Amino acid sequence: MELTGAEITVRCLAEEGVEFVFGYPGGAVLNIYDEIFKQDKFKHVLVRHEQAAVHGADGYARSSGKVGVALVTSGPGLTNAVTGIATAYMDSIPLVIISGQVPVPAIGMDAFQEVDTVGITRPCVKHNFLVKDIKDLATTIKKAFYIAATGRPGPVLVDIPKDITQQSHEFAYPETVTMRSYSPVVKGHSGQIKKAVQMLLEAKRPMIYAGGGVVLGNAAAQLTELTKLLGYPVTNTLMGLGAYPATDAQFLGMLGMHGTYEANMAMQHSDVLLAVGARFDDRVIGSPEHFARDARRIVHIDIDPSSISKRVKVDVPIVGDVGGVLDEMIKLIKAGKEKAEAKAITAWWTQIELWRAKNCLKYNHASPIIKPQFVVEKLWEVTGGDAFVTTDVGQHQMWAAQYYKFDQPRRWITSGGLGTMGFGLPAAMGVQLAHPGSDVACVTGESSIQMCIQELSTCKQYHLPLKIVNLNNRYMGMVRQWQEFFYGNRYAESYMDSLPDFVKLAEAYGHVGMKIEKPADVEPALREAFAMKERLVFMDFITDQTENVFPMVPGGKGISEMILAEEL
Amino acid sequence: MRHIISLLMENEAGALSRVAGLFSARGYNIESLTVAPTEDATLSRMTIVTRGSEDVIEQIIKQLNKLIDVVKILDLSDGSHIERELMLVKVRAFGKDREEMKRMAEIFRGRIIDVTEKTYTIELTGPGSKLDAFIEALDQSAILETVRTGASGIGRGDRILKV
Ligand SMILES: Cc1ncc(C[n+]2csc(CCOP(=O)(O)OP(=O)(O)O)c2C)c(N)n1
Repeated sequence: MELTGAEITVRCLAEEGVEFVFGYPGGAVLNIYDEIFKQDKFKHVLVRHEQAAVHGADGYARSSGKVGVALVTSGPGLTNAVTGIATAYMDSIPLVIISGQVPVPAIGMDAFQEVDTVGITRPCVKHNFLVKDIKDLATTIKKAFYIAATGRPGPVLVDIPKDITQQSHEFAYPETVTMRSYSPVVKGHSGQIKKAVQMLLEAKRPMIYAGGGVVLGNAAAQLTELTKLLGYPVTNTLMGLGAYPATDAQFLGMLGMHGTYEANMAMQHSDVLLAVGARFDDRVIGSPEHFARDARRIVHIDIDPSSISKRVKVDVPIVGDVGGVLDEMIKLIKAGKEKAEAKAITAWWTQIELWRAKNCLKYNHASPIIKPQFVVEKLWEVTGGDAFVTTDVGQHQMWAAQYYKFDQPRRWITSGGLGTMGFGLPAAMGVQLAHPGSDVACVTGESSIQMCIQELSTCKQYHLPLKIVNLNNRYMGMVRQWQEFFYGNRYAESYMDSLPDFVKLAEAYGHVGMKIEKPADVEPALREAFAMKERLVFMDFITDQTENVFPMVPGGKGISEMILAEEL
Repeated sequence: MRHIISLLMENEAGALSRVAGLFSARGYNIESLTVAPTEDATLSRMTIVTRGSEDVIEQIIKQLNKLIDVVKILDLSDGSHIERELMLVKVRAFGKDREEMKRMAEIFRGRIIDVTEKTYTIELTGPGSKLDAFIEALDQSAILETVRTGASGIGRGDRILKV
């Protein structure tokens, strides 16, 4: 049967089992919108800004493991979406973004709302396509979903000129797709895996370091099993939180710039390091030269060969699907030998417990002003550790990472790689849509939340009962912290003046607002808010303006060179 | 170290910009880059000459492999290979220089492909170093214009880059 390009587009999305399309209409996509109007296979979520469309699709993808879909118009619609696309790219999130384009004959003529979409997005997508012939449309969309979801996932953009959406062509959705230029390696090399297991069993001071790849690769169960089997200490990166249960005794907390003392020390002093789905980035290991000062042997498992030996040389590289490789390691360990250095490992744990005893995350519980850490701790208690938590970027993000103990993967939704303020609220919308009935909290700051505040309107339209936890310190806190430490207390443009009354603002959008000023009111407020299952509640917590995030590794230093709270 | 990398990629619009964009975004050096379709019109073959430490070259190859349109890559420098580059040089050729220019072209096995009363255009093929040597051997003030294609390369014997 002959269908128009617009019909084909919509049919392809339905064939892929898409549940939600986050989007915003405009001239170039009007034909597609007309077809959306006529169908009921998926729901369209109308955001208030295209950045939020992509973040919404992103939150949906991160929390569900499925591909998120966004639809934007040409020109400004696309440029607004770029921040969202780059955010997803940096964190390897599978998305398909469909953008409208001016008609093929108008391309290159500086037509109204024309931008070089493929050119603008090229450096921040896994791949992109411009569909110039309707006969390629269906296969291109099929390829887009395939590329987005396989290998190291990422956003894929399909740019569709308006005339293509009007033309007609025979429609048959391809069942499968093969591309001679793209076949991601999935199975790790058995010889390498054997070597890795051998190395792990010979370790005296072993450490397991797991990142976002474990979450993306759905390998949390395997990581947990392997870690339990070995009895070794384990840390997660910011992106990996939830990959290993945070309440378990073998978990040393997050590592990196704001990692725990014990995780960073164990990382630096380990003699055998197992890196799984992590990439040794600058926020995690600090200076690579400092990291290399202590000799250690490294096993690195990753789906992306270019992540291996990029910043740190590794001894046993294993390219492959993380879950499959871990399964094979588990099998070998179960079948094979005992650990060679049991005594040394006991001594290693003793050392780790000494580091842990520093209690590096302690803070003043007696403060008459609300401490932000206290709010996150209470949030964890009140939600039974079972909420989905999205964040924006800044101090509140780090406190959420440090004090909310995630026991499951895909519950922690944060912009790690790009560090995008404005991510939290729209991402939470996507999470809530993917998980109706679950508690979804957005931990944010008064500066970040204003970057996509308009989405409170979207939340009203779609009845998304999010719980916004605004840690309001009247500062771009993370900026202020750097200015305090490294710029002689000169707080250049980091004070957030003329803040709105967030309670009234929430109410104006049709939601519930609360302002909380005393520590004693924190828990009752949270309980009250989470009891309102049907309502979005904006909780404005007035917190200590001068609180800083500790431990902290200053930029360019080694990870064992931390500033601790007590040292100031 | 200088490396010469050959790659086959889908002959799609924008494929070249993906490679060029990768090099500029990641700060890799490009000495030369040539590209043209192969006997199979759906494939383009590219030859990139670059410089970098072994670590950098390893990253370059991994990053190139990550491009969705790239089908196959071969680092020609890993084994024995042949490199050729084409140069066209327009030189001043009158008076006593005229005979000298012709002689130089012959010595380097160049061919004179265009002649005017005052100029010769010489075509020369060979490894880059031979082209450099030719330029150096000429009286610099006699060179009016040069154009070089950048290197193309192919493996020796049965080292074959093919889909
Ligand atoms: C879009 C964007 N612009 C600027 C920054 C730089 N930045 C990082 S943290 C931060 C301050 C965030 O302040 P707030 O949201 O109030 O959170 P707090 O640090 O106070 O918890 C800024 C400006 C960023 N990450 N993203």
